[in-house]
Amino acid sequence: MSESVLTALAEINCPAADPLLRPGNGNCGGCGMSTALQFLGRAMDDRRLQIVIPASCGAITVGPFPYSAMGVPVILSTFGSAASVATGMSQVARLNGEGTRVVCWAGDGGTYDIGMASLSGAAERNEDILYVCYDNEIYGNTGGQRSSATPAGAATTNTPRGKVEQKKDILGIMSAHRIPYAATLSLAHPQDAIRKMRRALDLHGFRFLHVLAPCPTGWKSEPALGIRALPGGGGGGRAQAHHQRRARLLRGGARALPVAPAPVPEVGHHHRRPAPGHRAPLAGPAPAQRTDRPGGARTLKQSRRT
Amino acid sequence: MAGQLISANHAAALGAALAGRANRTGRGFCSGVYPITPSTECMELLCNQEIEKGHVVRVESEHSAMGVCIGASASGARTFTTSSSNGIAYMAENLVAAALLRLPVVMVAANRTLGPPWNVWADHGDTLMLRDSGWIQLYCADNQEVLDSVLCAYRLAEDRRIQLPVLVCQEAFVLSHTMAQTEVPGQEQVDRFLPPLDLPDRIDGTPRVIGGVTVPHATEVHRAQHQEAMGRVWEVYREVQDGFEAEFGRRPADPVIPYRADDADVLVVSMGTIASTVERAVDEAREKGIRLGGLRVRTFRPFPSEQLAAAFRGRRRIAVLDRNISLGFGGVLWGEARGLADPGAVVQGYMIGIGGGDVRPGHVLAIAEDVASRAAAGAPVLMEAGA
Repeated sequence: MSESVLTALAEINCPAADPLLRPGNGNCGGCGMSTALQFLGRAMDDRRLQIVIPASCGAITVGPFPYSAMGVPVILSTFGSAASVATGMSQVARLNGEGTRVVCWAGDGGTYDIGMASLSGAAERNEDILYVCYDNEIYGNTGGQRSSATPAGAATTNTPRGKVEQKKDILGIMSAHRIPYAATLSLAHPQDAIRKMRRALDLHGFRFLHVLAPCPTGWKSEPALGIRALPGGGGGGRAQAHHQRRARLLRGGARALPVAPAPVPEVGHHHRRPAPGHRAPLAGPAPAQRTDRPGGARTLKQSRRT
Repeated sequence: MAGQLISANHAAALGAALAGRANRTGRGFCSGVYPITPSTECMELLCNQEIEKGHVVRVESEHSAMGVCIGASASGARTFTTSSSNGIAYMAENLVAAALLRLPVVMVAANRTLGPPWNVWADHGDTLMLRDSGWIQLYCADNQEVLDSVLCAYRLAEDRRIQLPVLVCQEAFVLSHTMAQTEVPGQEQVDRFLPPLDLPDRIDGTPRVIGGVTVPHATEVHRAQHQEAMGRVWEVYREVQDGFEAEFGRRPADPVIPYRADDADVLVVSMGTIASTVERAVDEAREKGIRLGGLRVRTFRPFPSEQLAAAFRGRRRIAVLDRNISLGFGGVLWGEARGLADPGAVVQGYMIGIGGGDVRPGHVLAIAEDVASRAAAGAPVLMEAGA
């Protein structure tokens, strides 16, 4: 049998990984995730990447069978399985002495919601995976429903009067797993974002990056102005402003629900452990407390040079 | 080769470990496992095995166990997992994904009743729920068959003409926890029987997408390929039987196994361990001059329609026993087999041993008497075997 039997397997005649994201991809104009992928393409240099994308806009990004718009091998997993599928891939790479960097590229739905258990499991096991969550604060691929990453007050297609609940503190959750590296990055700071991506690519163990990714289609915002709306993006705006505006639009000009003022965190967060694979003993010292962010409700991560 | 007194769970784990080690010159062995009664002892023993170039990931759910198998298998490693009942139900999404990705994963199910209410005893409903999932399904009747089937499963799954996952089924406690003398082959023999896996189109450094977005026509083509691969199982399985017999000196069972069926006035069809009980009942009936015969269905997917039709030829009274119930219909095996008999033959369905009820030869004899007395088949009968 010479036929390819792996379902929906496509191959492209372009051995170089540059650019990582290619023409013909399925993303919308102004998609923040596209920009983040271009950053990853810059950050990866000649590192060997394998990417796992769970059900999300990322599955559309790669384009329809039998083509691929990505410069590296990609496997599309079921919605809640990015971290578990990546576990199998990175373990086999390790068994074979390969330096492959396995990257999960998941949206907020696949991270904060349906993928939370497998994400937590892989982080607890300190699997050698870089997990990137591009967070557009909605289920973008299904047309803009609320997720647990949607900030309070934001109007979505299934919370038309505004979401009542607060956004989950994903960095708090991930840092509680005491993983080697967790950071937020902003598309408005390319150099900082790429530096953090390189650092995360080179470390071993479970690493987590959070990217706030504007979604003009879902946010009903201007595609050209996505990055300006980000903290530090020059627009003086914050994602909440987008959501408030969107809420007004969706509700025919009515006022959006008030958003409680949230302190803007000072820095992207990361902390390290002594060496990969090392675990604090059960009766050992308590994990380091984060001191770099104020407490209370946080709905947005702002990144700056550290 | 040495005989050991072990349970079917341990036989399965030893089979998986032997197969895993046999891929040490390939890309190794990687398994994701999660405990659930009654398959737990299988994963426990696997976690205690030394497997060169192998790793067992203790994940946080059955869903992730199959996720690990998908990632490892797509990377070219040999993979294995085991589960039961609601664990299989929870794993189901990724089980379907493994099949549709054409990944040669092998899984052993310790068949257990689905809950709630919670019942740990034997019932085939958990794996029959996966009837349409695209997995090959084998149902075993003893511990030796479980171990041998695991080894055969890898040969079948990894054959380029097939490239499909295989589910080896053994019933809760009746096999999973019952110890029996089992021949455990040596590693050198298994190395010869199971060459290293060379998965075509595995994920490596080449830019490609596995599991991308498709349109209706592409899906039609993929389903046709999958269906054709299922159709090639009979031919490949015969080769696997030959290879196994040449190496280990015993022949794995055929897809359909008749027992004193040639001249039977009444034929009793079943799967798994109930078939062993049927054999005992057949012997008892024959001593009394009643011409009873048995038929065990070992391969449920692909479904052995031709083999069953041949075995049914000339038989006028056929009882199909199901240790499962497709609610709102009847027994699953009966539903698939009832159209294969000669015109005018009575094919009566009986659901017995549901929820682990203890099926005894007396039950089988009563069923034989019932079907012999029928002029025509009626609605499927739900019999209480109790415990």
